[in-house]
Amino acid sequence: MVSEEKHVHVVADRDTCIGAGMCVMSAEDVFDQDDDGLVTLLVEDPADRTAVRRAVEGCPSGALRITAG
Amino acid sequence: MTETTTRARGATEMPVYMRRNEFEPVPELTALRDGPRVAKVRTAFGMDVWAVTRHEDVREVLSDAGTFSNTLGMARMAMMDDLSDAERARMRAGNLLAFDPPDHTRLRRMLTPEFTIRRMRRLEPRIHEIVDEHLDAMEAKGPPSDLVTDFALPVPSLVICELLGVPYADRDEFQRRTGLLLDMSLPMAERRRVGLESREYMATLVTRAKADPGEDLLGMLVREHGDDLSFDELAGIANLLLIAGHETTSNMLGLGTLALLRHPDQLAIVRDDPDAIEPAVEELLRWLSIVHSGTMKTTTADTEIGGVAIPKGDTVLCALPAANRDPRSLDDPDRLDVTRGAIGHVAFGHGIHHCLGAPLARMEMRIGFPALLRRFPTLAEVPGSADFRSFHVIYGMAKMEVTW
Repeated sequence: MVSEEKHVHVVADRDTCIGAGMCVMSAEDVFDQDDDGLVTLLVEDPADRTAVRRAVEGCPSGALRITAG
Repeated sequence: MTETTTRARGATEMPVYMRRNEFEPVPELTALRDGPRVAKVRTAFGMDVWAVTRHEDVREVLSDAGTFSNTLGMARMAMMDDLSDAERARMRAGNLLAFDPPDHTRLRRMLTPEFTIRRMRRLEPRIHEIVDEHLDAMEAKGPPSDLVTDFALPVPSLVICELLGVPYADRDEFQRRTGLLLDMSLPMAERRRVGLESREYMATLVTRAKADPGEDLLGMLVREHGDDLSFDELAGIANLLLIAGHETTSNMLGLGTLALLRHPDQLAIVRDDPDAIEPAVEELLRWLSIVHSGTMKTTTADTEIGGVAIPKGDTVLCALPAANRDPRSLDDPDRLDVTRGAIGHVAFGHGIHHCLGAPLARMEMRIGFPALLRRFPTLAEVPGSADFRSFHVIYGMAKMEVTW
Protein backbone atom coordinates (compact mmCIF):
# COMPACT_ATOMS: atom_id res chain seq x y z
CA MET A 1 0.00 0.00 0.00
CA VAL A 2 2.73 2.42 1.01
CA SER A 3 4.46 2.16 -2.36
CA GLU A 4 1.27 3.26 -4.12
CA GLU A 5 0.97 6.36 -1.97
CA LYS A 6 1.92 9.56 -3.73
CA HIS A 7 4.38 11.79 -1.98
CA VAL A 8 3.44 15.38 -1.29
CA HIS A 9 5.62 18.41 -1.74
CA VAL A 10 5.58 20.75 1.22
CA VAL A 11 6.87 24.32 1.43
CA ALA A 12 7.60 26.19 4.67
CA ASP A 13 7.71 29.99 4.81
CA ARG A 14 10.10 30.93 7.59
CA ASP A 15 9.16 34.61 7.39
CA THR A 16 5.59 33.72 8.32
CA CYS A 17 6.47 31.04 10.90
CA ILE A 18 5.92 31.98 14.55
CA GLY A 19 7.66 28.91 15.95
CA ALA A 20 4.58 27.37 17.56
CA GLY A 21 6.01 23.92 16.90
CA MET A 22 2.64 22.41 16.01
CA CYS A 23 4.10 20.87 12.86
CA VAL A 24 6.78 19.10 14.89
CA MET A 25 4.01 17.71 17.09
CA SER A 26 2.05 16.49 14.07
CA ALA A 27 4.90 15.09 11.98
CA GLU A 28 8.27 15.09 13.67
CA ASP A 29 9.88 13.08 10.87
CA VAL A 30 9.11 15.89 8.45
CA PHE A 31 9.41 19.11 10.43
CA ASP A 32 11.90 20.46 12.93
CA GLN A 33 12.68 23.78 14.59
CA ASP A 34 16.08 25.44 14.27
CA ASP A 35 17.88 27.33 17.04
CA ASP A 36 15.61 30.33 16.42
CA GLY A 37 12.58 28.11 16.91
CA LEU A 38 11.53 28.47 13.27
CA VAL A 39 10.42 25.65 11.00
CA THR A 40 12.90 23.61 9.00
CA LEU A 41 12.03 20.78 6.64
CA LEU A 42 13.70 17.44 7.21
CA VAL A 43 12.21 16.05 3.98
CA GLU A 44 10.59 18.05 1.21
CA ASP A 45 8.59 15.21 -0.29
CA PRO A 46 7.28 13.28 2.71
CA ALA A 47 5.38 10.03 2.32
CA ASP A 48 3.09 10.36 5.34
CA ARG A 49 0.47 12.53 3.69
CA THR A 50 -2.04 12.37 6.52
CA ALA A 51 0.37 13.70 9.12
CA VAL A 52 1.62 16.40 6.75
CA ARG A 53 -1.89 17.54 5.90
CA ARG A 54 -2.66 17.68 9.60
CA ALA A 55 0.44 19.80 10.16
CA VAL A 56 -0.46 22.16 7.32
CA GLU A 57 -4.04 22.57 8.54
CA GLY A 58 -2.93 22.97 12.14
CA CYS A 59 -0.19 25.53 11.52
CA PRO A 60 -1.35 28.62 13.44
CA SER A 61 0.53 31.13 11.30
CA GLY A 62 -0.24 29.59 7.91
CA ALA A 63 3.45 29.12 7.17
CA LEU A 64 3.04 25.70 5.56
CA ARG A 65 1.75 24.85 2.11
CA ILE A 66 1.38 21.68 0.08
CA THR A 67 2.26 22.39 -3.55
CA ALA A 68 1.80 18.95 -5.11
CA GLY A 69 0.25 15.58 -4.37
CA MET B 1 -12.17 37.04 49.76
CA THR B 2 -15.29 35.05 49.00
CA GLU B 3 -17.01 34.78 45.63
CA THR B 4 -20.01 36.66 47.03
CA THR B 5 -18.09 39.74 48.12
CA THR B 6 -16.18 40.02 44.83
CA ARG B 7 -19.43 39.63 42.90
CA ALA B 8 -21.12 42.25 45.02
CA ARG B 9 -18.37 44.73 44.19
CA GLY B 10 -18.53 43.96 40.50
CA ALA B 11 -19.74 46.59 38.12
CA THR B 12 -21.86 44.78 35.54
CA GLU B 13 -23.52 41.55 34.60
CA MET B 14 -21.41 38.72 33.25
CA PRO B 15 -21.39 38.71 29.44
CA VAL B 16 -22.92 35.81 27.52
CA TYR B 17 -19.58 34.62 26.12
CA MET B 18 -18.27 34.08 29.66
CA ARG B 19 -21.28 32.37 31.16
CA ARG B 20 -21.16 28.62 31.70
CA ASN B 21 -23.14 25.87 33.34
CA GLU B 22 -20.22 24.09 34.99
CA PHE B 23 -18.36 22.75 31.92
CA GLU B 24 -20.85 23.88 29.29
CA PRO B 25 -21.12 27.19 27.47
CA VAL B 26 -24.63 28.53 28.16
CA PRO B 27 -27.37 27.76 25.60
CA GLU B 28 -27.65 31.48 24.76
CA LEU B 29 -24.09 31.38 23.42
CA THR B 30 -24.48 28.20 21.39
CA ALA B 31 -27.74 29.62 20.03
CA LEU B 32 -25.77 32.61 18.71
CA ARG B 33 -23.40 30.21 16.99
CA ASP B 34 -26.11 28.05 15.49
CA GLY B 35 -28.31 31.02 14.57
CA PRO B 36 -26.99 34.47 13.63
CA ARG B 37 -23.37 33.20 13.65
CA VAL B 38 -21.88 36.66 14.29
CA ALA B 39 -23.81 38.97 16.63
CA LYS B 40 -23.42 41.99 18.86
CA VAL B 41 -22.99 41.16 22.55
CA ARG B 42 -22.39 43.38 25.57
CA THR B 43 -19.03 43.04 27.32
CA ALA B 44 -18.46 43.24 31.07
CA PHE B 45 -17.57 46.90 30.56
CA GLY B 46 -20.84 47.74 28.88
CA MET B 47 -19.40 48.00 25.38
CA ASP B 48 -21.21 46.33 22.46
CA VAL B 49 -18.91 44.18 20.36
CA TRP B 50 -19.24 41.55 17.64
CA ALA B 51 -18.96 37.99 18.94
CA VAL B 52 -17.66 35.45 16.44
CA THR B 53 -18.79 31.96 17.43
CA ARG B 54 -18.20 29.40 14.66
CA HIS B 55 -14.97 27.46 14.38
CA GLU B 56 -14.21 28.41 10.79
CA ASP B 57 -15.01 32.10 11.41
CA VAL B 58 -12.84 32.21 14.53
CA ARG B 59 -9.92 30.73 12.60
CA GLU B 60 -10.46 33.25 9.83
CA VAL B 61 -10.49 36.23 12.21
CA LEU B 62 -7.45 35.01 14.14
CA SER B 63 -5.55 34.34 10.91
CA ASP B 64 -6.00 37.89 9.65
CA ALA B 65 -4.06 40.25 11.91
CA GLY B 66 -4.11 42.87 9.16
CA THR B 67 -7.90 43.28 9.29
CA PHE B 68 -8.39 42.44 12.97
CA SER B 69 -5.93 44.54 14.92
CA ASN B 70 -4.75 43.81 18.45
CA THR B 71 -2.95 47.16 18.65
CA LEU B 72 -6.16 49.08 18.11
CA GLY B 73 -8.15 46.57 20.18
CA MET B 74 -5.89 47.09 23.16
CA ALA B 75 -6.07 50.86 22.88
CA ARG B 76 -9.84 50.49 23.38
CA MET B 77 -9.56 48.67 26.65
CA ALA B 78 -11.65 50.24 29.35
CA MET B 79 -8.70 49.84 31.71
CA MET B 80 -6.75 52.42 29.70
CA ASP B 81 -9.55 54.93 29.22
CA ASP B 82 -8.22 57.88 31.19
CA LEU B 83 -4.50 57.33 30.70
CA SER B 84 -2.15 59.68 28.87
CA ASP B 85 -0.45 58.37 25.72
CA ALA B 86 2.85 57.97 27.59
CA GLU B 87 1.19 56.00 30.38
CA ARG B 88 -0.59 53.80 27.86
CA ALA B 89 2.65 53.11 26.05
CA ARG B 90 4.27 52.11 29.31
CA MET B 91 1.39 49.77 30.25
CA ARG B 92 1.55 48.12 26.83
CA ALA B 93 5.33 47.82 26.47
CA GLY B 94 6.45 44.22 25.98
CA ASN B 95 2.88 42.84 26.03
CA LEU B 96 2.86 40.74 22.88
CA LEU B 97 -0.93 40.61 22.90
CA ALA B 98 -1.09 44.38 22.51
CA PHE B 99 0.75 44.58 19.19
CA ASP B 100 0.32 43.76 15.50
CA PRO B 101 3.17 42.99 13.09
CA PRO B 102 5.87 44.15 12.72
CA ASP B 103 6.11 45.15 16.44
CA HIS B 104 4.64 41.84 17.51
CA THR B 105 6.97 39.88 15.22
CA ARG B 106 10.01 41.60 16.70
CA LEU B 107 9.07 40.60 20.27
CA ARG B 108 7.84 37.13 19.43
CA ARG B 109 11.01 36.23 17.52
CA MET B 110 13.07 36.95 20.63
CA LEU B 111 11.01 34.49 22.65
CA THR B 112 10.39 31.73 20.12
CA PRO B 113 13.71 29.90 20.76
CA GLU B 114 12.79 29.50 24.43
CA PHE B 115 9.56 27.60 23.73
CA THR B 116 10.53 25.06 21.09
CA ILE B 117 9.46 21.45 21.39
CA ARG B 118 13.12 20.48 21.94
CA ARG B 119 13.57 23.07 24.66
CA MET B 120 10.46 21.80 26.43
CA ARG B 121 11.80 18.24 26.34
CA ARG B 122 14.85 19.46 28.25
CA LEU B 123 12.52 20.76 30.96
CA GLU B 124 10.65 17.47 31.15
CA PRO B 125 12.69 15.82 33.97
CA ARG B 126 12.40 18.92 36.14
CA ILE B 127 8.63 19.10 35.59
CA HIS B 128 8.36 15.44 36.65
CA GLU B 129 10.27 16.30 39.83
CA ILE B 130 8.07 19.28 40.61
CA VAL B 131 4.89 17.25 40.04
CA ASP B 132 6.18 14.38 42.20
CA GLU B 133 7.23 16.70 45.02
CA HIS B 134 3.73 18.16 45.18
CA LEU B 135 2.10 14.73 45.07
CA ASP B 136 4.45 13.58 47.87
CA ALA B 137 3.36 16.55 49.98
CA MET B 138 -0.33 15.81 49.32
CA GLU B 139 0.18 12.18 50.25
CA ALA B 140 2.10 13.04 53.42
CA LYS B 141 -0.56 15.50 54.54
CA GLY B 142 -3.36 13.06 53.74
CA PRO B 143 -6.89 13.68 52.47
CA PRO B 144 -8.86 15.82 52.05
CA SER B 145 -6.85 18.24 49.93
CA ASP B 146 -7.79 21.36 47.99
CA LEU B 147 -6.46 20.33 44.60
CA VAL B 148 -6.16 23.96 43.51
CA THR B 149 -3.87 25.10 46.31
CA ASP B 150 -1.96 21.82 46.72
CA PHE B 151 -1.38 20.86 43.10
CA ALA B 152 -3.01 22.75 40.23
CA LEU B 153 -1.73 26.22 41.13
CA PRO B 154 1.73 25.54 42.65
CA VAL B 155 3.02 23.17 39.93
CA PRO B 156 2.79 25.59 36.97
CA SER B 157 3.73 28.50 39.25
CA LEU B 158 7.00 26.85 40.23
CA VAL B 159 7.72 25.82 36.64
CA ILE B 160 7.27 29.32 35.24
CA CYS B 161 9.21 30.86 38.15
CA GLU B 162 12.22 28.66 37.42
CA LEU B 163 11.97 29.15 33.67
CA LEU B 164 11.62 32.90 33.92
CA GLY B 165 13.84 33.62 36.91
CA VAL B 166 11.21 34.77 39.41
CA PRO B 167 11.87 33.92 43.09
CA TYR B 168 9.32 31.28 44.08
CA ALA B 169 9.30 32.77 47.58
CA ASP B 170 7.33 35.67 46.07
CA ARG B 171 4.53 33.38 44.89
CA ASP B 172 1.88 34.37 47.41
CA GLU B 173 2.09 37.97 46.28
CA PHE B 174 2.16 37.39 42.53
CA GLN B 175 -0.56 34.74 42.66
CA ARG B 176 -2.74 37.15 44.61
CA ARG B 177 -2.05 39.95 42.13
CA THR B 178 -2.78 37.78 39.10
CA GLY B 179 -6.01 36.57 40.69
CA LEU B 180 -7.17 40.16 41.21
CA LEU B 181 -5.92 41.48 37.87
CA LEU B 182 -7.93 38.90 35.92
CA ASP B 183 -11.03 39.08 38.13
CA MET B 184 -13.52 40.87 35.92
CA SER B 185 -15.98 41.42 38.72
CA LEU B 186 -13.63 43.89 40.40
CA PRO B 187 -13.79 47.63 39.73
CA MET B 188 -11.51 48.60 36.86
CA ALA B 189 -9.56 51.07 39.01
CA GLU B 190 -8.61 48.31 41.39
CA ARG B 191 -7.56 45.94 38.62
CA ARG B 192 -5.42 48.65 37.09
CA ARG B 193 -3.77 49.41 40.42
CA VAL B 194 -2.90 45.72 40.79
CA GLY B 195 -1.66 45.67 37.19
CA LEU B 196 0.71 48.54 37.93
CA GLU B 197 1.90 46.82 41.11
CA SER B 198 2.60 43.72 39.09
CA ARG B 199 4.68 45.69 36.58
CA GLU B 200 6.58 47.40 39.40
CA TYR B 201 7.41 44.03 40.89
CA MET B 202 8.69 42.90 37.49
CA ALA B 203 10.77 46.06 37.21
CA THR B 204 12.68 45.05 40.35
CA LEU B 205 13.41 41.66 38.79
CA VAL B 206 14.53 43.27 35.54
CA THR B 207 16.88 45.59 37.45
CA ARG B 208 18.37 42.56 39.16
CA ALA B 209 18.68 40.61 35.89
CA LYS B 210 20.37 43.57 34.18
CA ALA B 211 22.99 43.75 36.95
CA ASP B 212 23.57 40.00 37.00
CA PRO B 213 21.84 38.09 34.18
CA GLY B 214 21.26 34.45 35.16
CA GLU B 215 20.64 31.33 33.08
CA ASP B 216 16.88 31.86 33.11
CA LEU B 217 14.71 33.43 30.42
CA LEU B 218 14.96 36.92 31.85
CA GLY B 219 18.76 36.59 31.95
CA MET B 220 18.76 35.34 28.35
CA LEU B 221 16.67 38.30 27.20
CA VAL B 222 19.05 40.73 28.94
CA ARG B 223 22.15 39.03 27.51
CA GLU B 224 20.94 38.51 23.97
CA HIS B 225 18.48 41.35 23.45
CA GLY B 226 19.39 43.79 26.21
CA ASP B 227 20.29 46.46 23.67
CA ASP B 228 17.11 46.05 21.59
CA LEU B 229 14.61 45.92 24.43
CA SER B 230 13.71 48.86 26.62
CA PHE B 231 13.46 48.43 30.37
CA ASP B 232 9.66 48.66 30.16
CA GLU B 233 9.58 46.05 27.41
CA LEU B 234 11.60 43.61 29.50
CA ALA B 235 9.30 44.15 32.46
CA GLY B 236 6.24 43.79 30.22
CA ILE B 237 7.40 40.54 28.61
CA ALA B 238 8.25 39.02 31.99
CA ASN B 239 4.94 40.20 33.42
CA LEU B 240 2.92 38.63 30.62
CA LEU B 241 4.82 35.33 30.79
CA LEU B 242 4.45 35.08 34.55
CA ILE B 243 0.70 35.75 34.46
CA ALA B 244 0.03 33.56 31.44
CA GLY B 245 2.38 30.86 32.71
CA HIS B 246 0.64 30.05 35.94
CA GLU B 247 -3.02 31.08 35.61
CA THR B 248 -3.81 29.12 32.48
CA THR B 249 -2.23 25.73 33.11
CA SER B 250 -3.33 25.79 36.72
CA ASN B 251 -6.96 26.15 35.69
CA MET B 252 -6.62 23.39 33.11
CA LEU B 253 -5.19 21.06 35.77
CA GLY B 254 -7.97 21.86 38.25
CA LEU B 255 -10.92 21.93 35.88
CA GLY B 256 -9.52 19.05 33.83
CA THR B 257 -9.20 16.82 36.87
CA LEU B 258 -12.79 17.56 37.87
CA ALA B 259 -13.96 16.83 34.32
CA LEU B 260 -12.19 13.46 34.41
CA LEU B 261 -13.55 12.64 37.88
CA ARG B 262 -17.03 13.21 36.53
CA HIS B 263 -16.32 10.98 33.50
CA PRO B 264 -14.82 7.88 35.18
CA ASP B 265 -14.54 5.93 31.91
CA GLN B 266 -12.44 8.74 30.42
CA LEU B 267 -10.39 9.05 33.60
CA ALA B 268 -9.55 5.34 33.49
CA ILE B 269 -8.21 5.71 29.94
CA VAL B 270 -5.92 8.60 30.94
CA ARG B 271 -4.75 6.81 34.09
CA ASP B 272 -4.14 3.38 32.58
CA ASP B 273 -2.89 3.98 29.04
CA PRO B 274 0.37 5.95 28.72
CA ASP B 275 -0.32 6.59 25.00
CA ALA B 276 -3.70 8.15 25.75
CA ILE B 277 -2.44 11.32 27.38
CA GLU B 278 -1.46 13.36 24.31
CA PRO B 279 -4.88 13.20 22.61
CA ALA B 280 -6.55 13.44 26.04
CA VAL B 281 -4.85 16.79 26.76
CA GLU B 282 -6.00 18.14 23.38
CA GLU B 283 -9.56 17.01 24.07
CA LEU B 284 -9.57 18.58 27.54
CA LEU B 285 -8.22 21.82 26.05
CA ARG B 286 -11.00 21.79 23.47
CA TRP B 287 -13.85 20.71 25.71
CA LEU B 288 -12.98 23.05 28.59
CA SER B 289 -11.78 26.06 26.54
CA ILE B 290 -10.77 27.92 29.68
CA VAL B 291 -9.96 31.15 27.80
CA HIS B 292 -13.43 32.57 27.11
CA SER B 293 -12.33 34.87 24.30
CA GLY B 294 -9.05 35.98 22.88
CA THR B 295 -8.00 39.60 23.08
CA MET B 296 -10.41 42.07 21.53
CA LYS B 297 -9.64 43.04 17.94
CA THR B 298 -10.55 46.22 16.10
CA THR B 299 -11.29 46.12 12.38
CA THR B 300 -8.93 48.18 10.23
CA ALA B 301 -11.35 48.20 7.27
CA ASP B 302 -14.96 47.37 6.40
CA THR B 303 -15.09 43.61 6.35
CA GLU B 304 -17.38 40.60 6.53
CA ILE B 305 -17.42 37.51 8.69
CA GLY B 306 -19.68 34.60 7.80
CA GLY B 307 -21.83 36.86 5.63
CA VAL B 308 -22.25 39.51 8.33
CA ALA B 309 -20.94 42.98 7.44
CA ILE B 310 -18.63 44.50 10.07
CA PRO B 311 -17.75 48.18 9.63
CA LYS B 312 -14.24 49.55 10.00
CA GLY B 313 -13.37 50.51 13.59
CA ASP B 314 -15.71 48.01 15.26
CA THR B 315 -14.56 45.60 17.96
CA VAL B 316 -14.64 41.84 17.48
CA LEU B 317 -14.11 39.03 19.95
CA CYS B 318 -13.84 35.29 19.39
CA ALA B 319 -15.99 33.10 21.65
CA LEU B 320 -13.59 30.16 21.94
CA PRO B 321 -15.81 27.68 23.86
CA ALA B 322 -18.54 28.08 21.24
CA ALA B 323 -16.06 27.56 18.39
CA ASN B 324 -14.48 24.53 20.05
CA ARG B 325 -17.87 22.86 20.30
CA ASP B 326 -19.04 23.78 16.83
CA PRO B 327 -20.91 20.78 15.38
CA ARG B 328 -19.76 21.91 11.92
CA SER B 329 -16.15 21.16 12.81
CA LEU B 330 -16.53 17.85 14.67
CA ASP B 331 -19.10 15.20 15.56
CA ASP B 332 -20.91 15.21 18.88
CA PRO B 333 -18.89 18.19 20.14
CA ASP B 334 -20.43 18.35 23.61
CA ARG B 335 -19.20 14.86 24.46
CA LEU B 336 -15.84 14.59 26.25
CA ASP B 337 -13.98 11.87 24.34
CA VAL B 338 -10.30 11.72 25.22
CA THR B 339 -9.60 9.37 22.32
CA ARG B 340 -10.54 11.85 19.56
CA GLY B 341 -6.93 12.82 18.94
CA ALA B 342 -7.79 16.03 17.08
CA ILE B 343 -5.58 19.10 17.39
CA GLY B 344 -7.79 21.41 15.35
CA HIS B 345 -9.15 23.22 18.41
CA VAL B 346 -8.64 26.93 19.05
CA ALA B 347 -8.11 26.71 22.83
CA PHE B 348 -4.62 28.20 22.36
CA GLY B 349 -5.95 30.65 19.79
CA HIS B 350 -4.80 30.64 16.17
CA GLY B 351 -2.76 32.92 13.94
CA ILE B 352 0.26 34.94 14.98
CA HIS B 353 -0.86 35.30 18.60
CA HIS B 354 -1.24 31.52 19.07
CA CYS B 355 -0.18 30.83 22.67
CA LEU B 356 3.60 31.12 22.97
CA GLY B 357 3.60 28.84 26.02
CA ALA B 358 1.44 26.12 24.45
CA PRO B 359 4.29 23.56 24.30
CA LEU B 360 5.02 24.20 27.98
CA ALA B 361 1.37 23.96 28.98
CA ARG B 362 1.00 20.70 27.06
CA MET B 363 4.10 19.26 28.71
CA GLU B 364 2.86 20.20 32.19
CA MET B 365 -0.52 18.61 31.56
CA ARG B 366 0.88 15.48 29.92
CA ILE B 367 2.98 14.94 33.03
CA GLY B 368 0.56 16.27 35.65
CA PHE B 369 -2.72 14.45 34.90
CA PRO B 370 -1.39 10.87 34.69
CA ALA B 371 0.94 11.37 37.68
CA LEU B 372 -1.94 12.61 39.83
CA LEU B 373 -4.32 9.86 38.75
CA ARG B 374 -1.74 7.10 39.20
CA ARG B 375 -0.61 8.34 42.60
CA PHE B 376 -4.19 8.39 43.87
CA PRO B 377 -6.12 5.73 41.94
CA THR B 378 -9.14 6.23 44.19
CA LEU B 379 -9.16 10.03 43.77
CA ALA B 380 -12.66 11.45 44.27
CA GLU B 381 -14.17 14.89 44.64
CA VAL B 382 -15.60 15.88 48.00
CA PRO B 383 -19.27 16.38 47.08
CA GLY B 384 -20.35 20.01 47.09
CA SER B 385 -16.80 21.39 47.31
CA ALA B 386 -16.25 22.28 43.65
CA ASP B 387 -16.32 26.07 43.37
CA PHE B 388 -16.28 27.20 39.72
CA ARG B 389 -14.66 30.59 39.17
CA SER B 390 -16.64 32.32 36.48
CA PHE B 391 -16.26 36.06 36.32
CA HIS B 392 -12.62 35.90 35.37
CA VAL B 393 -10.54 36.23 32.22
CA ILE B 394 -9.66 32.53 32.58
CA TYR B 395 -12.34 29.98 33.55
CA GLY B 396 -11.45 27.49 36.24
CA MET B 397 -11.85 26.30 39.79
CA ALA B 398 -11.52 28.61 42.79
CA LYS B 399 -11.46 25.56 45.04
CA MET B 400 -11.91 21.85 44.68
CA GLU B 401 -11.55 19.37 47.51
CA VAL B 402 -10.51 15.84 46.76
CA THR B 403 -10.07 12.72 48.80
CA TRP B 404 -8.52 9.30 48.13
